[in-house]
Amino acid sequence: MDKMPHWADVILIPLISLILAAFLSALVILAIGENPVEALQLMVQGSLGSTYGWGYTLYYATNFMFTGLAVAVAFHARMFNIGGEGQAMLGGLGVALVCLYVPWPHWTIALVFAIAASAAFGALWAMIPAYLQAARGSHIVITTIMFNFIASAFLNYMLVNVMRPAGSMDPATERFPEAVNLPTLHEMLLPFGIQFSKAAPVNFSLVIAILACILVWVLIWRTRLGYEIRAYGHSEPGALYAGISPFKIIMISMLISGGLAGMMAINNVMGEAERLVLNATEGAGFIGIAVALMGRSHPFGVFLAAILFGFLYQGGAELALWTNIPRELIVVIQALVIMLTGALDNMVRMPLEKLFLSMRKGRA
Amino acid sequence: MTAPAIELKGISKSFGPVQANKDISIRVRPGTIHGIIGENGAGKSTLMSILYGFYKADSGEIWINGNETQIPDSQAAIAAGIGMVFQHFKLVENFTVLENVILGAEDSGLLKPSLARARKSLLNLAQEYGLNVDPDARIDEIGVGMQQRVEILKALYREAQILILDEPTGVLTPAEADQLFRILHRLREEGKTIILITHKLREIMEATDEVSVMRRGEMVATRTTSQTTPEELAELMVGRKVLLRVDKAPAQPGGKVLEIRNLHVRDEKGVERVKGINLSVRAGEILGIAGVAGNGQSELLEVLGGMRPGTGEVLLNGQPVELVGANGRAIRDKGIAHVPEDRQREGLIMDFHAWENVAFGYHHDPAYNRGLLMDNAALRADTERKIEKFDIRPADGWLSAKNFSGGNQQKIVVAREIERNPDLLLVGQPTRGVDIGAIEFIHKQIVALRDAGKAVLLVSVELEEIFSLSDRIAVMFDGHVMGERLPDQTDEKELGLLMAGVSGPREATA
Repeated sequence: MDKMPHWADVILIPLISLILAAFLSALVILAIGENPVEALQLMVQGSLGSTYGWGYTLYYATNFMFTGLAVAVAFHARMFNIGGEGQAMLGGLGVALVCLYVPWPHWTIALVFAIAASAAFGALWAMIPAYLQAARGSHIVITTIMFNFIASAFLNYMLVNVMRPAGSMDPATERFPEAVNLPTLHEMLLPFGIQFSKAAPVNFSLVIAILACILVWVLIWRTRLGYEIRAYGHSEPGALYAGISPFKIIMISMLISGGLAGMMAINNVMGEAERLVLNATEGAGFIGIAVALMGRSHPFGVFLAAILFGFLYQGGAELALWTNIPRELIVVIQALVIMLTGALDNMVRMPLEKLFLSMRKGRA
Repeated sequence: MTAPAIELKGISKSFGPVQANKDISIRVRPGTIHGIIGENGAGKSTLMSILYGFYKADSGEIWINGNETQIPDSQAAIAAGIGMVFQHFKLVENFTVLENVILGAEDSGLLKPSLARARKSLLNLAQEYGLNVDPDARIDEIGVGMQQRVEILKALYREAQILILDEPTGVLTPAEADQLFRILHRLREEGKTIILITHKLREIMEATDEVSVMRRGEMVATRTTSQTTPEELAELMVGRKVLLRVDKAPAQPGGKVLEIRNLHVRDEKGVERVKGINLSVRAGEILGIAGVAGNGQSELLEVLGGMRPGTGEVLLNGQPVELVGANGRAIRDKGIAHVPEDRQREGLIMDFHAWENVAFGYHHDPAYNRGLLMDNAALRADTERKIEKFDIRPADGWLSAKNFSGGNQQKIVVAREIERNPDLLLVGQPTRGVDIGAIEFIHKQIVALRDAGKAVLLVSVELEEIFSLSDRIAVMFDGHVMGERLPDQTDEKELGLLMAGVSGPREATA
């Protein structure tokens, strides 16, 4: 028998972890002399209280869906892809090249090619660590972390020395032509008579992100490849027994993972900034790790966790604006969530398992 | 009458909803060898772990030499004079025998006086009980039989009066096992009390004075060994009559299905594990490979199953098989099925549902797929069928593999592989950790496949299993085939010698 029902595993444990993280954060807020209840109200108001707030929450959530899915897919093959940040940066480069140097007639065609380019660049960036892992056994965690720094330096060079328009002091590309600008949620909802904030950056990429969640679900749970990825992730000797090539699975799962991370660029680069700037990813690649952990590597879980982190991000920005609580507190909350859902998972899990067992015994 | 060396009164222990020990009472007379027999999961190990202080009983009392004793941890067990020899030795490989013996029992912060004292008492013990070992040999340089002696010496050094041995013969050759039993008899003569845990009836009959039988957490009977029979014990263990020998008609061998010529295999570290063997298996024949674990049999199976590369020539129905490794899919397509030695690491994905495991290795089969997607409904239907045909319990395809008992896990693997109707079936340790009832069933399935004219290559460390299934027996030692024998023209003694590397006349019988 399983120790506890499935729903407790996928819903209750993350929820308890989250409440614990919130409680600990409240203590920190108290310690710096602010009122945690007010802080929470402010966060909710700022991120969910208006379409403007929602617009930012969903914009961040879109980023986190891509990077969260990236980590989740790799995790099913028991690869810990820490390189989402670098892969997303390279994805940005792909998007910028496509949008800047090709005269697109319409944003839809541009989007298709931008998706392809961002995924290809992200996948390429993941391919080298993947090959080193599959062929040489170099640990993927170490190599992907290092590749984040290489990506950052490379982008720095590209923006400062190659792609910066002549005469500009800003290490960024010039604006993308208007024809490739993605519609915002405001523009998408207007035909239905729904008024959504004009100023919010959420855009058509959200639809792509939700589609990606669905496709990843199909991939992992409905295809032969997903079956092989999961089998390899659970047991390498088992995979070998079943004729599943570890080399192939490591390479393919990391390519998909890198591709998903790279695709984040259609949101932050093509959809929001409409040009490529330095540090466009703003750490979303790392937050993807927390999102995947909290979402239990399930696409639907990633979807929910991404929205939650979008809320934390936007709410945190509001906090920093209206109170003396620094924005970094949100990083503390994120760290607590990662710690509780990842490293300290058993702290919540074991008492809960005991509880369920004793309940079952009581019934028996 | 003297007080029992150990008396357990009403011991119960639950793990969650599973009751591992139910109200168990047992008396072990001092100076005897007392066997505890039962199937895997009957609760033998749990009971001994309670006695050795690893678990705390939910209720019940432990009496040692007539005094009620609390055993909260293993320190207390040692203090009470109990020593334990585990199935998997707890030795530090790069320490010497002497260092291992004093580990955890040093007299002071300085090692030298402890070592000197230990050396003296080790020599005394060796003389007293005939336990000769070189105190300065490193553990990784001595054989398993010797390592086991070191474990026994460790217990004796801590002045154990009561010795518990958990499945001690699993890793030994028959000759080494006989030696172990001689040592145990010697210990008994010196007044020690010994508890021998095993699932092998033969050992109980040979070595013990009394035997207690456990079934599903309960102590079902205690017998004086001289007044019982293996058949009675088996029936007590399983709860119904069982056939200890497989009923099978004489083999009707056909043409050669598998031919192995000059096969060499190296492991991950580059050590040669199979050193140029030649073997063949005919249609309608079971070739059993006997040998102590670790003499190249596992690597042989893995090469044939496409799990690791090798060099040499392997022909299936006259067609060469590529020995490139990681090509299990191509191997299966050729008509080779494989029940691997370790079902939990290899044969099944423990976290997958039973219905997902039913396709494991065959997930490319068009019957399991619909276009790009896997046809989960077809998988589940196939699982239902196999559950019924192979009597897999519980009959629930949605359970994860890890939630089935060892025997039922193995039935899932055997069902999957045999139902492919392969030309050649590779089987490794088909009944390791499988209860007697399921053993009977699995053996029957293997024989049925043979009778259908298929070739079977069986690897097992259980000689009884080799004898009862094989039509021909090959013995492996140190990567070589030491010889081939027909089961009715040889005995355990001769095979035991071959397994220990003592080569008899080399002419093959096939």
